[in-house]
Amino acid sequence: MGSKGLRPFAGPGRSPGLPLVTVTGRTLAAVDAPGLRPGMTLALAQALVPGLVVRVADPAGDAAELARLAQWCLRYAPLAAPDRPDGLWIDVSGTAHLHGGEAALLRDLVERLAGQGLRARAAVADTPAVAHAVARYAAGGVVPPGASMPGDLPLEALRLSDVVAAELRLMGFDRIGPLAAVARAPLVRRFGPLLALRLDQAAGRVFEPIVPVAPAAAIQARLGFVEPLATAEAFCVVIARLVAMVCADLERAGQGARRLELRFERVDGSAQALRVGTARPVRDARHLGRMFEERLEQVDPGPGVEAMRLAVAVAEPLGFVQGASCLVGPAAPDLAPLVDRLVNRLGESLVYRIAVVESDVPERSVRRTGVLSPGGSVCGSACWPADWPRPVRLLHPPQPIEVIALLPDHPPVSFTWRQVRHRVRHADGPERIAGEWWKRDREWFLVRDYFRIEDDDGRRFWLFRRGNGSDAGTGDMRWFLHGFF
Amino acid sequence: MFMPLVIPVRPGQSASGERSQAIPDGASQDAAPAPSRPLPAAQVATIAQLRARIARIERSHDAAAPARSLPLGIPAIDQALPGGGIALGALHEAASAGADTEHAAAATLFVAGLLARLDGPVLWVLRQADLFAPGLAGAGLQPNRVIFVEAGKAVLAVMEEGLRHAALAAVVGEPAGRISLVASRRLHLAAERTGVLAILIRRSASFDDPALATPSAAVTRWRIAVLPSPPALPEAPETPGLGRARWRLDLTRCRGGEPGSWIAEACDAAGRLGLVPDIADRPHPSRLSA
Repeated sequence: MGSKGLRPFAGPGRSPGLPLVTVTGRTLAAVDAPGLRPGMTLALAQALVPGLVVRVADPAGDAAELARLAQWCLRYAPLAAPDRPDGLWIDVSGTAHLHGGEAALLRDLVERLAGQGLRARAAVADTPAVAHAVARYAAGGVVPPGASMPGDLPLEALRLSDVVAAELRLMGFDRIGPLAAVARAPLVRRFGPLLALRLDQAAGRVFEPIVPVAPAAAIQARLGFVEPLATAEAFCVVIARLVAMVCADLERAGQGARRLELRFERVDGSAQALRVGTARPVRDARHLGRMFEERLEQVDPGPGVEAMRLAVAVAEPLGFVQGASCLVGPAAPDLAPLVDRLVNRLGESLVYRIAVVESDVPERSVRRTGVLSPGGSVCGSACWPADWPRPVRLLHPPQPIEVIALLPDHPPVSFTWRQVRHRVRHADGPERIAGEWWKRDREWFLVRDYFRIEDDDGRRFWLFRRGNGSDAGTGDMRWFLHGFF
Repeated sequence: MFMPLVIPVRPGQSASGERSQAIPDGASQDAAPAPSRPLPAAQVATIAQLRARIARIERSHDAAAPARSLPLGIPAIDQALPGGGIALGALHEAASAGADTEHAAAATLFVAGLLARLDGPVLWVLRQADLFAPGLAGAGLQPNRVIFVEAGKAVLAVMEEGLRHAALAAVVGEPAGRISLVASRRLHLAAERTGVLAILIRRSASFDDPALATPSAAVTRWRIAVLPSPPALPEAPETPGLGRARWRLDLTRCRGGEPGSWIAEACDAAGRLGLVPDIADRPHPSRLSA
């Protein structure tokens, strides 16, 4: 059984290190600052800690976030529960070895929470009570199996009310150890049964269940077969049925799939998975089915597949859209199915649009964007300047050439590229492109002079010289071939 | 499994559908269509009927869209093409000539100019990413219309995938090396079914690669050769500057038509080819010899 205490209200949207408090009315509800405690008045807190960041407490929102975090913790174990207001329970019995042991699990958990902007302390112990106490009032970490509650922890570690703890202090108890050692009956008579229950829970004599959160209902479908399947045709039939089932569920939930996983459970106990993603939420059974069918060749059925499971890993809301009206003409073509299939086949980085970047340096004037991203499709008239012709093929990187040209700024007379000499017949230039000194310090003085030239055969090239032809500080005066018209 | 039908389409002329293997550079001796005397009206009507029937036979039975075509805008060329232009819903090939075969800049601009005059998105399947979008925009093909795909060795497969989507206006592919007749036939059938224009830009590291001249199912096959352009200002030839580029368009294969060779000015900013002013009125060499 594990427990962890979250530092209250440490979350994204706030720079770490600043003292933070939340308030209900004029009193502090929770604090994350040294020297303050809940219940103080806000004025006193502000007098004690200059620069205090104050937020209004939102217990309902915090509880919802905590429940969401408990959902996330299901990645570690099937049972997890929020422990309001600032903790989580995870029952890691029997699952810690999957994460490399209890210590490794704790480390992983704390690191991942830190990645989300949460500072957490965590502890693993035999009972919830001990884990709770060690996480909050000791250093946390793994309590060895069989060890009971450390006796030197303060009374609050027993989850007692402040009143009870204060009265016990008046009686001379300020640690758990001596309290657990005294006779139980007078304590129960004075403080009620809760104190005895807490002591029994701490000692492990009473079982303390947690109420786990239910995992978010994932949309999935599974079909098992009487005889193992091994042929692509059979898989196609099953895929069609699974996809139809899943799409019906998606439609009921008003959602579309963004990522799907199809698992093939083989007779020999191993499993393989095909994963596909879509550019926008989809619940078109034919489209989804085809995406899986295209990838079927990656599946090794081995001795046979006895069951297949299709799960929607990521779903997003997808409403109904009105079809085109005959008054406005045909609907705009939808490229999403094509894009999905290309992306699934080749990978996201190889299917793209080119967007305009406002830069005169040719290599920097284009940027790849996603095909369906809005930035890629609203270029409109904001295009590259039309009065500066650009080559249709660009060499990357530019290739060095040997040039005969009059300095400082005459176009070349001839140039040699790949050991072939091209005599220049017509030339246009120079078009001077200066380095982007406002972005990069190294380009303060750098200059490229571009020439469009045509050789004797009529081929057109785009050449440039590094430097302005007279000042060595602007470049080394070497020539390069950059593109073809 | 398929062979393109070879049927004589003009009276008094031998079956010449496959005569169209690469034309030597001096394409002038290869006759352009130049009927010596006008045909009687009845004969013209019969020929038109037969042509329509042949077209129906040649098209696959589930071809949906009626045949449409995109005129090049130069009457001399459009008249030589069956349908009066580049047929949509069909496969076409374009390659550069000479040393430009490797980078295919002229062929790319020719294709970009064609696409600039179509509406709708274009899928451009690349083998390597050396295409420069501002250059395409300079020929009228705006970048927001083009989806680029770097497909490596799977260029033809990705093209076929794209051709199944009628939402696209055109699919352009830049495959490497030899393309089998079966592979090109597949592309052509896919294009025919959806009415999407399919264009192969053939590139090769060697000048006269025989792989670019092997038979294919392409309806037309173009070779774009660059020619020395005249001075930017003809009246002042010594003025430095660069005028409009000049191309020789060699139609080396044309199903249902005759190969030919024309000289034209390169695409302008809207993708239109231009007539060459100083030789526009000159009779075609083949007509001189006739």
